Amino acid sequence: VHHRTEPSEPAWPPSRFQGHPRRHSRAERWRNRGNGEPLRRDPEDRLAGGVAAGIAAWRGFSPTTVRIVLVVIALWGGWAVPLYFIAWLLIPARGAEASIGSKARHDSRGVALAIALGSLLAVFLLLAGALNDTTVETYGWPQVISVACLTLIWRNAPEREQAAMRHLVEPLESLGAGGGKRRRGTVLRLTAAVVLLVAGVGWLLTSHASLALLRPLTGVLLVAAGIVLLLGPWWLRIARDLVLERQARARAEERADMATRVHDSVLQTLALIQRRADDPQQVVQLARAQERELRSWLFEGRAPGESDATSFADGVRQIQRDVEARHGVPVEVVTVGDCPLGDDLGALLAAAREATVNAAKWSGASVISLYAEVEPDQVEVAVRDRGKGFDPDSVPGDRKGLAESVHGRMTRHGGSVAVQSAVGEGTKVTLRMPRTEAAAAPTESGETAGRSH
Amino acid sequence: MSQPPRVVLVDDHGLFRSGVRAELGQQVTVVGEADDVAPAIELIERVVPDVVLLDVHLPGGGGQAVIAAVKKEHPEVRFLALSASDAPEDVIGVIRAGARGYVTKTISTADLADAIQRVADGDAVFSHRLAGFVLDAFAAAPSPADVKPSFDPELDQLTSREREVLRLIAQGYTYKETARELYISVKTVESHVSSVLRKLQLSSRHQLTRWAAERRLT
Repeated sequence: VHHRTEPSEPAWPPSRFQGHPRRHSRAERWRNRGNGEPLRRDPEDRLAGGVAAGIAAWRGFSPTTVRIVLVVIALWGGWAVPLYFIAWLLIPARGAEASIGSKARHDSRGVALAIALGSLLAVFLLLAGALNDTTVETYGWPQVISVACLTLIWRNAPEREQAAMRHLVEPLESLGAGGGKRRRGTVLRLTAAVVLLVAGVGWLLTSHASLALLRPLTGVLLVAAGIVLLLGPWWLRIARDLVLERQARARAEERADMATRVHDSVLQTLALIQRRADDPQQVVQLARAQERELRSWLFEGRAPGESDATSFADGVRQIQRDVEARHGVPVEVVTVGDCPLGDDLGALLAAAREATVNAAKWSGASVISLYAEVEPDQVEVAVRDRGKGFDPDSVPGDRKGLAESVHGRMTRHGGSVAVQSAVGEGTKVTLRMPRTEAAAAPTESGETAGRSH
Repeated sequence: MSQPPRVVLVDDHGLFRSGVRAELGQQVTVVGEADDVAPAIELIERVVPDVVLLDVHLPGGGGQAVIAAVKKEHPEVRFLALSASDAPEDVIGVIRAGARGYVTKTISTADLADAIQRVADGDAVFSHRLAGFVLDAFAAAPSPADVKPSFDPELDQLTSREREVLRLIAQGYTYKETARELYISVKTVESHVSSVLRKLQLSSRHQLTRWAAERRLT
């Protein structure tokens, strides 16, 4: 196919058309408007899927123009929306090998879910159609396809696109659930539901004043009931499958977490033992310490790397003690502020420990600086050494430490990692973890309690 | 550089004094040594050095006592506090008494010579640990008791730039590295640090004054 041409070749004319220049002169003019590359979605310049930006780049329009045209078409008939989603499914992203759709083809559970959700919406629309409302007809039915496409996109998009989508949906999620706002979200949702129900019933009764006009509604209800009877069990099964799938994913995550911990404790110690093989006393000491740690993990439920620290600053000092004792590299610790430990901060400590151990093992620096600051809205840890440094772009994939233990841990808990390093100039790893309301709340309630006594 | 600064060493460990004297060599002129508060005051008032390298902990009272006694008669003598101690109230106490800086005893010889020269030139010397203490002291939310006694509210908080500078110093950056990281000159870093030192010495913030009060300085 001609869009497989190498970028170094002149984009036009493609070799296939050579010898027939006359026949394609109009296409040539048309084609020269764009960037000469095949149509690709542009995830960099996106509002939703980057389809508009992709078309714009392909044909040489401004993305805004394309977007306005799309919105106008959508207002006209409602078919532009599913068309957009189909395009999102079928057009590969720039730089990607295949489209989301080609991946979705093998996601049988996703296909089933898409059909289920689509049919569910269809039943709903069937009921709504009884109102003889043309807006529902013209705008509603195309969205059956939209819903199906969106389901497939949601499940099969590459990770980066999924993250962007989640970012788009976030405001809705915070409305539904999450954190301290949960109760307010519930109240809001219930109010909205009641308002919608009352409005719907009111509309029904006012616009179909006589019972005769309501008669077709009964027929539609019967059809809908039939469909529900027919498809209901299948819908339920798909819902159950989804729950199972989510559980499986949770298990996989747990396994990743365990792998991380084994890496941090057992594998690290084994590496140390190999290095100190000529010092039997130290080897015995290391082995004994590791044995104790492993036992307390397996039988007392205390995870390795997760200390019994009473506060965050205490945890940081423990890292200092452990790394100095195990690796013999002095760690200069500066802590600013302190706060009680939660799950997230425990993960931050574990990541900081791993970064410090990494610096002690690989940097060759004579001293490591460990800086921790508790701010009102976040906790920051900076691990810095003046060692040999590395090129962050060329870290081999099997160097698990930084990638999984630090990065994975932080992102799983909503934190972030920044690595600054250059060969010969040392390394600085900055870890940031937002302070959740749950962690901030106890100090607040503690203060009020203290005042009331 | 003109003449090497004239330095007095005040520390109760003779081994440490002789070590510093041997290591600093020609970079400074050591004009005297003392091992306790009273002899130190007597010695400093006699020789009037440029810089006193002062241990925070002395058997006959804290290093602050020396500063307090000498400061009135000889305001030109500058003090650089030196300690193995990590207790923030001790360090802040010495600084509030008038020391121009604080370094830990683990400091390298080159860095120590550099710090002495800096203090002799009238600049402030913040080790990473002192920077951390200061950030800590100023970071705590002002309590209600803090709000009224201040005669100059500017003294009670750090500017965001000062905070950035302190943060980098606390992470072990040198002044030069800090300057490069923030795209400012070393002189600007020095002036930020001096300004922080001034605030530290003059602020009436409750937490700072409490530390000082515990050491009977107010």
